[in-house]
Amino acid sequence: MLELIDIHKSYEGQPLLDAISFTVAAGETVCLLGPSGSGKSTLLRIIAGLETPEQGQVCWDGQDLAPVPVHRRGFGLVFQDYALFPHLDVAANVAFGLKMQNRTTVEIDLRVASILEMVNLTGFGDRRVTDLSGGEQQRVALARALASSPRLLMFDEPLGALDRSLREQLMEELRRILHESGVPAVYVTHDQEEAFTLADRVLLLHDGEIVRSGTPEQVWSDPGSVWAAQFLDAGNVVAGIVKSNTSPFQVDTSAGMFEVRCGHTHSAEEKVNLLVSRRGVRQAADGRVSGAVMDVIFRQDGFKVTLDNGLDFYLPDAPRMGEKIYLTVPATGIKCLL
Amino acid sequence: MPIYHEVARTKGNTKFRAFVSSWLRPVLPWLGISIFLGLFFFYPLARILWLGLNPVALKTLDLASTLLAFHSLLFTFYQAALSTILTLVLGLPAAFLFARYAFRGKSLLRVLTAIPFMLPTVVVAAGFNALLGPRGWVNLGLMDLFHLQSAPISFVGTLGVILLAHVFYNTTIVIRLVGNALSHLDPRLEQAARTLGADPPRVLSHLTLPLLRPSILAASVLIFIFDFTSFGVILLLGGPGFSTLEVEIYKQAVQIFNLPLAGLLSLIQLLCTLVFSILYSRIVRRSVVTSAPRAAEANLHEAHAIREKLFVAGMVLLLLALFLLPLISLPLRSLVRLEADRGERGQVRYGITGDYYAELFINRNDSLFYVPPFDAIGNSLSYAALTVVLSLALGFPVASALARPGRLERLLDPFLMLPLGASAVTLGLGFIVAFNKPPLRLVTSPLLVPLAHTLIALPFVIRSLQPALASIPDRLRQAAASLGASPPRVWFTVDWPIVMRATLSAAVFAFTVSLGEFGATSLVVRPEYPTLPIAIARFLSQPGGMNYGQAMAMATVLMVVCGIGILLIERLRLPGAGEF
Repeated sequence: MLELIDIHKSYEGQPLLDAISFTVAAGETVCLLGPSGSGKSTLLRIIAGLETPEQGQVCWDGQDLAPVPVHRRGFGLVFQDYALFPHLDVAANVAFGLKMQNRTTVEIDLRVASILEMVNLTGFGDRRVTDLSGGEQQRVALARALASSPRLLMFDEPLGALDRSLREQLMEELRRILHESGVPAVYVTHDQEEAFTLADRVLLLHDGEIVRSGTPEQVWSDPGSVWAAQFLDAGNVVAGIVKSNTSPFQVDTSAGMFEVRCGHTHSAEEKVNLLVSRRGVRQAADGRVSGAVMDVIFRQDGFKVTLDNGLDFYLPDAPRMGEKIYLTVPATGIKCLL
Repeated sequence: MPIYHEVARTKGNTKFRAFVSSWLRPVLPWLGISIFLGLFFFYPLARILWLGLNPVALKTLDLASTLLAFHSLLFTFYQAALSTILTLVLGLPAAFLFARYAFRGKSLLRVLTAIPFMLPTVVVAAGFNALLGPRGWVNLGLMDLFHLQSAPISFVGTLGVILLAHVFYNTTIVIRLVGNALSHLDPRLEQAARTLGADPPRVLSHLTLPLLRPSILAASVLIFIFDFTSFGVILLLGGPGFSTLEVEIYKQAVQIFNLPLAGLLSLIQLLCTLVFSILYSRIVRRSVVTSAPRAAEANLHEAHAIREKLFVAGMVLLLLALFLLPLISLPLRSLVRLEADRGERGQVRYGITGDYYAELFINRNDSLFYVPPFDAIGNSLSYAALTVVLSLALGFPVASALARPGRLERLLDPFLMLPLGASAVTLGLGFIVAFNKPPLRLVTSPLLVPLAHTLIALPFVIRSLQPALASIPDRLRQAAASLGASPPRVWFTVDWPIVMRATLSAAVFAFTVSLGEFGATSLVVRPEYPTLPIAIARFLSQPGGMNYGQAMAMATVLMVVCGIGILLIERLRLPGAGEF
């Protein structure tokens, strides 16, 4: 399947992609998640063949794709603002790739109809693409990429321009279509909700490097670094000092003493950062975390409570303002960051 | 009682004021131009209509003149179609070159390709003559090299040189219209097509060309109109063998005095340009602009592959050859003696000379109408100055009114552009037939020339003033006033700098149009007051090295003056002002 080996690319002298390597297995959806400017779109363009890396290889089934031009790669690409052909109607847009494969008219018509049905656009064939809504245009773009049965599908922030409710609806549709079609996919986004909804595997991209990879659950519960924890907004990041030499380590912080189990080796008096989960926290009289309530904000599934030590947590019931509360954080909710 | 009187007076006063503000004030700016266009455009046009269509005149039409009209109409279409196709053949690759590739000297090359469009036809004709004519560089060079007695290449006087000159003139239209559309195409469209399996030729045929279709069509129609109404190029370069409608109108009116036939030809001409103009505006209105933000930069790249490098280098060389050679041949030829003067056979003197320029000041017996050629320069400058004054005086009030359009403005606006639809020769013919009898017996007056020039320059003057005047934002005025500026102060700090630039630019435009005008002038000019282009055309048509040299010298002077004008206009142009 798709394999990227040690890809390097720079932009105006600055390294944009630095030693990127990963694989995409058959039927797998891989999400490249990162802030804007992290080089993820460039990576897609390199896979598509629209740009060439300065170093490294893009391989398909072990074969280097460097000599294969864009139009022979058979990789579908869905652009952020769709890039639909304005001079063609919906059906002709979807049929474009099939036409390039010199299929017969009958074949093309059948395929276009079935793809339009798949993306819920039956009957839209003779509409002008400029008359469609954003969501409809997005579906046409997806249908166009799917129609020519690509070996790989790539998405460049495809839902970025849509409003929230439409995005959620399309995310789920996209998930269904990707599973039904079984086409491996590389999906680029800066939105973790999209990434976690669609991905079998998430690659977290920062400054041109993959800083973390894993299933959505793995990446979310253990981001691995301060930057990743803050980018994902995965919980409270607290600085502290290690007080013991063996696991479980005791870490002294401004918010109290925490106990951490991790695979690293730490020595006493070493400075570390901890990720303290906001969820699964209980109020208990013997709780190790304590503080006065500074702010309580209503959320759909509880209350976000901010304490005077700067930490915040989700609690099922609202405490009084100014009240001093004691909290217990479950052992799984405390992770050590690099 | 006194109170009642007081009220009555105020009432009368407000009524009068209301009349002034609701009726007189909006009409006032249109007064001058209405009288002018009525008298010098619509009235002559009506006279041509009558001339061509009245039953008496129609009876005098015999088979020969009908055949002549038909033949010239056919040739006009033929040469215009051929010229348009050839212009596209060169222009489309050139548009790709400018829209897609970054290379050194690009902006200079772009300016170079745009220069011919604004140059007077006589200069272009003289330029091609200096390069390829019987006394041009190429022929004299070959004669010298191979010791020939006569010019080996007879290109001037053929259809080829007409087509070449038209390509020279109009390539810039393709570069501007199609190149602009191309550079604003969203680059992701082509990338999407490539990921969908389209190889580069198919991207071109299935995506890029269809997307460019409206702009290619618009450019083609525009070029066709220009080629259709071409006059100077055909008359001066094509020679007696070729006759388009324009040339035939001129011949019938000036040489054969068959005014009814000239009128009929003018009518055919008007009808055709009307149809093409409607076609053009429909295409322009229908075309959808699909521009992406910063697409122009994203579309640009340097040539990497060898094929690309060859394309860029080849196109640059081709464009340089086509646009630079005629333009530099002319001034060089005006400074170099390459053959014996008349009456000096045998003693051929080669070398750099200022004689052709010196001769311009001398009134020789055999020179044109016993006036020194230099006087033609003086005449042209006076006519141009008059044109500037007239067209600004008539155009400025209208442009100001159009900058804040009301109902009246929207109604009258299209009429202002009508003179553009009539060819220059038709305008000239209109003057001849309308003003040859008292009380308007102006044919003998040299004033007809600046009047005709004003008619031609006026649409351009209005169209260049109007957007500039409209661009002054009211909020800026209000901001200045709220900061304590008095109304005169507001006008001086906010309006004046923009008005000043726009007026100057419009003035230079009118000036260069007048200096180079050939079509209308050739019909209405008084022989004793020739303009520069008329004198150049006469000198070009006369035998002898000295006459030829003087034509070159005068054409060079005209080219330099117009070149300075073009540069000034470019400098004064407000960013974002429209094209064509």
